[in-house]
Amino acid sequence: MIVRIANEGQYRVDSGALDEINEIDSRITAAMARNDGAEFRRLLGQMVEVVRSRGKPVPPHEIVESDLVLPSPDISLDEARRLFPGGELLP
Amino acid sequence: MGLISRMSTVIKSKVNDLLNRAEDPRQTMDYAYQRQLEHLRDVRRGIVEVVAARRRLELQAAELKQNTSKLDDQARRALAAGREDLARLALERKQAALQQIQSLDPQIAELEQQQEKLSETEQRLTAKVEAFRTQKEVIKAQYSAAEAQVKIGESLTGLSEEMADVGMAVDRAQEKTQQLQARAGAIDELVSAGTLEEIAAPSDTVERELAKITVTQSVDRELEQMKQQLGLPQPQPPRQLKEGE
Repeated sequence: MIVRIANEGQYRVDSGALDEINEIDSRITAAMARNDGAEFRRLLGQMVEVVRSRGKPVPPHEIVESDLVLPSPDISLDEARRLFPGGELLP
Repeated sequence: MGLISRMSTVIKSKVNDLLNRAEDPRQTMDYAYQRQLEHLRDVRRGIVEVVAARRRLELQAAELKQNTSKLDDQARRALAAGREDLARLALERKQAALQQIQSLDPQIAELEQQQEKLSETEQRLTAKVEAFRTQKEVIKAQYSAAEAQVKIGESLTGLSEEMADVGMAVDRAQEKTQQLQARAGAIDELVSAGTLEEIAAPSDTVERELAKITVTQSVDRELEQMKQQLGLPQPQPPRQLKEGE
């Protein structure tokens, strides 16, 4: 599975990591809904770290499509909110 | 809908935009390659802008520091001339300048980080563009083969995704740079108008009042120190009038 971390690059990750990533993703969405910026940043950092530690970087000369794209770990809650149409977090 | 799926959708829609521009995959590849070169130029321009914004803030911090020693000197001279009111005003302005310097430091650090990120992006993108150029020529030479068609799709999608990602990174860096430039402009104006406090003051009323108290306390403390250094009488008892005053 190819996972891209925005503004950083792509990693080849074994699909076993997917469950972990999805679990953090749903907690991130919950933190966004609660407007909890600190928790949002912490979880986003954690999710990116899963990819970095369990994945192998795709070499620069290899051009492949990603299965998943993670936002850059330094985005703010406001920036993340803007990724959603109308800035709303609908389930 | 989760953050990842949203982010993936945003990138994929940008990729589709790029892919839908031409009918003949060979043309699309040439087009993508040209766009990629443009993107590289954007990234390099972005780096130049970030560096310029950082230099400006650094210059401003240096000016503010200079300003504080000037205000310090003014306060001393005012005290020596018996104008405590003027001395107090100068010291209040000095406090505001100090607060401003403090708020500039993290902004300068943030721009440094942006610069580093963009430089990494530039290196990554340069490698991808070079890889794509080679692949493109190979694929175009054997275009008739069915296998080549599949490859065109793969590398085009992969490259377009890279472009979409880089595009977003450049947009973000530019947005940040513009925000900081606007702020730097506002500081410049206020510095020349001598009313720095307006920017330094927090928006919350309680915080603002608390900040005022802190400023008053530091100003009082500094006034005392200056008086001591200048050998002026201390304020505890109201100053007695000498003969002839």
